[in-house]
Amino acid sequence: MIFLELFLTFLKIGAFTFGGGYAMLPLIQEEVLAKGWASEEAIINFIAVSESTPGPFAINMATYIGAEMGGLFGSFCATLGVVLPSFVIILIVAKCYDKFKESKVVRGCMSGLKPAVVGLIGAAILSVAVTVLIPSGFSLAIFSQISLYVSLAILAIGLVLAFKKVHPIIIICISAVLGIASGYILN
Amino acid sequence: MKKLKKLLSIFWVFFRIGAFTFGGGYAMIPLIQKETVENKKWITDDDILEIVAIAESTPGPIAINASTFVGYRVAGFWGAFFGTLGTVIPSFTIIFLISFVLREFQDIKAVQYAFSGIRAGVLALLIKALITMYKKAPKGLVSYIVMAASFIIVGFFDINVLYVIIFCAVFGLVTSLLAERRAGK
Repeated sequence: MIFLELFLTFLKIGAFTFGGGYAMLPLIQEEVLAKGWASEEAIINFIAVSESTPGPFAINMATYIGAEMGGLFGSFCATLGVVLPSFVIILIVAKCYDKFKESKVVRGCMSGLKPAVVGLIGAAILSVAVTVLIPSGFSLAIFSQISLYVSLAILAIGLVLAFKKVHPIIIICISAVLGIASGYILN
Repeated sequence: MKKLKKLLSIFWVFFRIGAFTFGGGYAMIPLIQKETVENKKWITDDDILEIVAIAESTPGPIAINASTFVGYRVAGFWGAFFGTLGTVIPSFTIIFLISFVLREFQDIKAVQYAFSGIRAGVLALLIKALITMYKKAPKGLVSYIVMAASFIIVGFFDINVLYVIIFCAVFGLVTSLLAERRAGK
């Protein structure tokens, strides 16, 4: 039953994502890749789509995977799943905020979770880097492949622009143009 | 009637926030502040700080945490419900439509070339985001060990991310309780 599976998978992802933005990426890789719902390349492509459209990354991702696997109702189930833990927990916290704020247990857990999330995103990005730079697997032959150097060049340009605080959408557009140009020149 | 009007107004405010925030998460906070503190005067600047603190220590997307919390403060359960619905609907509709477009165009050569370039660009964006997060993370020896250990365990060994998250939460709890006990003596 794909709808129930979508709901439960994204419920789990929603319940264990701490911190905003890409904190969800390691869990998406773990759950979605393992189930074969999307390839790593499709997920990276979708990050670009999500950066260029409004709305939170988590909702965009759930809607997209849901649509791919189960159409409109699939989207609905996945999105409901990712939203529900957050919604329920905030309702509880809003009722007893003062207790929550002073809770040593919450503060203690967060002192371990915050650095863990940084390490986990680092690991997720390592896996993205392998997919982007050496899509056909690691061997000595890759050093003679021109596509590796094209990707490295685009990565370098992207990094310089990102640190100059250029908007992500502009970086994505520039990468697309460079990708098309090098694609037609090389093939 | 007055209550219904308020709920609709909560829905509409968060619908606009959902429709106009690119990147999501923290990008949403200034917009929420402007709409709910300055324009509607539903909550105060202190509440905004509270929301950020709560969002950081509860699971789930920050945008959902914030809209649920503000909605609840303004109009109870149904306020939370309509706030969250408003945040989700723009994103849901746009992505659902785009998923058709992506499927339709993915076989075109130029689109494939574009995405092969875009993937390298996305890698740059992710590295930038990671460095920003690293700078915001707690400092200290224990933090660095947790960071390095979770990176190595998930990056180089086939261990489930969920176990690492649960273990690190427990580890953080135990070390902070121990540190407190030692300070108390």
